[in-house]
Amino acid sequence: MHNFTLAELINGLRSNKFSSVELTQHFLNRIKELNGDYNAIITTTASQALESAISADQRLANGNAPEMCGIPILHKDIFCTNGVRTSCGSKMLDNFIPPYNATVVENFENDGAVMLGKTNMDEFAMGSSNETSFYGPVNNPWALDCVPGGSSGGSAAAISARLAPGATATDTGGSIRQPAALCGISGLKPTYGRVSRWGMIAFASSLDQAGPMARTAEDCAILLNAMASFDEKDSTSVNEPIPNYRSKLDNPINGLKIGIPREYFSEGLHSGTEQAVRNSLVELQNLGAKLIDIKLPSSHLSVPAYYVIAPAEASANLSRFDGVKYGYRCEDPKDLEDLYRRSRSEGFGEEVQRRIMIGTYCLSAGYYDAYYGKAQQVRKLIQQDFSNAFKSVDLIMGPTCPSPAFKFGAKGNDPVAMYLEDIYTIATNLAGLPGMSIPCGQVDGKPVGLQIIGNYFNEERILNVAHQFQQSTDWHNHMPSELA
Amino acid sequence: MSWETVIGLEVHVQLATKTKIFSGSSTRFGASPNTQACAIDLAMPGTLPVLNKQAVNYAIMFGLAIDAEIEQKSVFERKNYFYPDLPKGYQTTQLEKPIVGPGRVVIPLADGTTKAIRIHHAHLEEDAGKSIHDGDIPIGVSGVDLNRAGTPLIEIVSEPDMRSSDEAVAFAKKLHSIVTSIGICDGEMSQGSMRFDVNVSVRPSGSSALGIRTETKNLNSFKFMEEAIQLEVDRQIDLIEDGGKVTQETRLYNGDTKISKPMRSKEEANDYRYFPCPDLLPVIVSDQTLDELRSSLPELPDARKSRFTQQYLLSDYDAEILASDTSNAEFFESVAEKTKNPKLAANWVMGDLTARLNMENKNISNSPVSSSQLAGLILRISDNTISNKMAKQVFDAIWLGEGNADEIIEARGLKQLSDSGSLEKIVTEVIEANPAMVTDYVNSDESKRKKKMGGFMGQIMKASRGQANPQQVNQILLEKLNELI
Amino acid sequence: MAIKPAEIKKLASLSRLVVDDKTITDVTDRLSSVLALVDQLQSAQTESIDISRPFHIAQRLREDEITESNKIDELQATAPEIYNGFFAVPKMID
Repeated sequence: MHNFTLAELINGLRSNKFSSVELTQHFLNRIKELNGDYNAIITTTASQALESAISADQRLANGNAPEMCGIPILHKDIFCTNGVRTSCGSKMLDNFIPPYNATVVENFENDGAVMLGKTNMDEFAMGSSNETSFYGPVNNPWALDCVPGGSSGGSAAAISARLAPGATATDTGGSIRQPAALCGISGLKPTYGRVSRWGMIAFASSLDQAGPMARTAEDCAILLNAMASFDEKDSTSVNEPIPNYRSKLDNPINGLKIGIPREYFSEGLHSGTEQAVRNSLVELQNLGAKLIDIKLPSSHLSVPAYYVIAPAEASANLSRFDGVKYGYRCEDPKDLEDLYRRSRSEGFGEEVQRRIMIGTYCLSAGYYDAYYGKAQQVRKLIQQDFSNAFKSVDLIMGPTCPSPAFKFGAKGNDPVAMYLEDIYTIATNLAGLPGMSIPCGQVDGKPVGLQIIGNYFNEERILNVAHQFQQSTDWHNHMPSELA
Repeated sequence: MSWETVIGLEVHVQLATKTKIFSGSSTRFGASPNTQACAIDLAMPGTLPVLNKQAVNYAIMFGLAIDAEIEQKSVFERKNYFYPDLPKGYQTTQLEKPIVGPGRVVIPLADGTTKAIRIHHAHLEEDAGKSIHDGDIPIGVSGVDLNRAGTPLIEIVSEPDMRSSDEAVAFAKKLHSIVTSIGICDGEMSQGSMRFDVNVSVRPSGSSALGIRTETKNLNSFKFMEEAIQLEVDRQIDLIEDGGKVTQETRLYNGDTKISKPMRSKEEANDYRYFPCPDLLPVIVSDQTLDELRSSLPELPDARKSRFTQQYLLSDYDAEILASDTSNAEFFESVAEKTKNPKLAANWVMGDLTARLNMENKNISNSPVSSSQLAGLILRISDNTISNKMAKQVFDAIWLGEGNADEIIEARGLKQLSDSGSLEKIVTEVIEANPAMVTDYVNSDESKRKKKMGGFMGQIMKASRGQANPQQVNQILLEKLNELI
Repeated sequence: MAIKPAEIKKLASLSRLVVDDKTITDVTDRLSSVLALVDQLQSAQTESIDISRPFHIAQRLREDEITESNKIDELQATAPEIYNGFFAVPKMID
């Protein structure tokens, strides 16, 4: 059952091949059996899941149930789930039980989906390897001594190991696409404003976006159908019409113009990764697409700009964690200052503290113009690069990551080495554009991801190309050898 | 050495919206701790702000009332600092592009002239919560109540144009009058609806350079503000004259102990690191909205004052008092219209009514004597049913809930005796009963006679239980006495 | 651009974090390397750039109607310390 795609499971439920209860129990068993190997899941919600499955079966029997009804999924532990601990991968929220649902969670609940549990992640979504979680690192199912990517490492590993057919995740600088690439699955970051941020614990408010992870583009489309909504509670939610993201998957891609940025194929790119990506581009040409050389001249500025803007916004967003209203509080604070300092120093991990300080620095008096002010200007340059490119191409493609999954600790003491993992994904967040990663090859037994970037609210086209690619290749069906 | 005082004010005005600026929680005053603080107000993870339309409108209305430019694309910034009553660890406020630009407010001076005080700008922001440090809480603990967190405020910043505590108070009162007249604030000082921070510095008279200023924060009454300013001016002058220098600092004034001291927390160590709030978009105000708000703006105090002097022929002084508060003004006008006697209406509202309200700590909006009741009373004075003196008795009775003027006059039989027959009878009786007084009157000089009538008047009023119409009685008495000369 | 330990201490203080003497060198080194990364921004030509986010132009306004009710029990269920409905913190001076 776990080898079926989400789309196949939907059909299976409706043709009574199995019930939601059976399906849910199957995945719960699998999680129980295998999660120890990967540490992908922080909290399993078994009894709640079975209860939802029972209701879902009822609803399915009555007919006219939404697509996702009865389908088991996982939520990244960044989404607030009513009555269920939401930790954001941090000691700071280890005891936090929200009394409300994130809109994303609410949407799935309304559709009758079944929540299996909450997945592991880099603490407060800050990381590219899932090594900073308070709950321990996540192991890449393809190579257990390697990272799954981050920050949505838990969701990615869970899909890859077939612990669930679909999962929610978030992407601020590549946190959906990069782990999707390293774990050999499909993951989509929608246009900024497409999916509500209400109830999604904020890292960098102008960059964060929630999106689906699954094994196929079609599955991602199904999940996106449920996730996308206009939410009045989120001032940055955009009221653009929401199409059925499955409806254009089968469109032929003859004549589609694909931009290949030269900046994404320069030094630092692992040769095996480059080869796999170029092979996929040839495949797309065979399907009728045209490859066009383009330039994104400000690309080299995206990582520096991101590492000013994201920490700056995060430093303010994380100020609310002060030991006063909820979350971790240090023992026996002797005065107010002690309460703040110790609760925060004990509650937050090293990387989070580092980013808070960087953010504070970039916003300080005397430094604001040179850093934050400058970074916001650079952001506009990057946006303009894409805007120009989309005048002549429909989509932009390249590698998702500079290399395949690396070993734990490989990026060691140098934070910048880790930050450069996101070199191809960050620009899309800065511009607010949608981007996806799909499996396109393997190097040394580890997956390689192909990144597809589209124009604003053009998720349909991205999913269409991805789906077409997946119809004529089978990288997305490969699984880690030990799971075969 | 003669000194000049330079004062600037920052005034926090709570907007009278039903809900908070960024959440749908009620802003009603007086609720139990944390019962009006939703997840957004508590800054729970994943919560987001959405802007209250009415708060924006109220801010714009204020700008229109002070002839300011309205910024049609204003932005919210985050002001970052840590304090328990600030749940997000930052306050959402406006810095670079506040919604209201420079404007002016005209204040009356003691000598009868006016002075324009410039407003630098006014911006929207959210209020913080409250903390208690003693009372309902164990020793060594402070309690945080976030009910107030998120209440919409406008912060009005003046230029340092005031030169005395009187001017500062006049300015504060004028602001109070404006914001209550246009209905954007309930003006309840005791509930913290308006709070003042005063920036005070001194300099030698004639100097144009500004001295070092101190800021005294969070004053919530005109009286305390006046006291705090006086205290600070004296303190600074004493300090400088003793050879010292004023330190730029933030101070707190305790209205009960009358003591001012510097804040212990190191405010200057704070770098607020303002940056545009990424959860909010620019606030765009259309020309249409501006036009609509402009045309529906309620009457401003200065305009009302002019109108009162012209329409009701009130003195400047009376008009200023009646026009400055909307409830008073409306009450007065209602009475004036009903009685067609603005002078009496003004006298009664500013005199007996206000005195009694003050004595019992009431507002004109919960006055036991309604405007129609007061009008009813005044009508009976002007149509001579009762004397002015008798009217005070009737007023008291209305206040105590005995009914309307007519009912009371009837019930107590207080109608002025104006029937000439009865009056003549009483006057005659009193004259006949007092032959000595009559002789005295007749033998006095003409110039002294008027005064001697008082004795007769007293007895006549007593005999008529105060109900004799004094003017009529006077007339009859004069005639009768003169017949005897 | 190198950052000095004294500046780190100030940043830690502003953000209510503790950087003790044991870790300060390490923190200084790592932060310096990140700042070297972001200093690359200085080379960018940004003077004449004027482009706005296409779908995020005007803040939406909410009607002034009460939509929240008293949920104190729910919201304080996992609070660290409560006293009579107040959030309790060590005594604040001033």
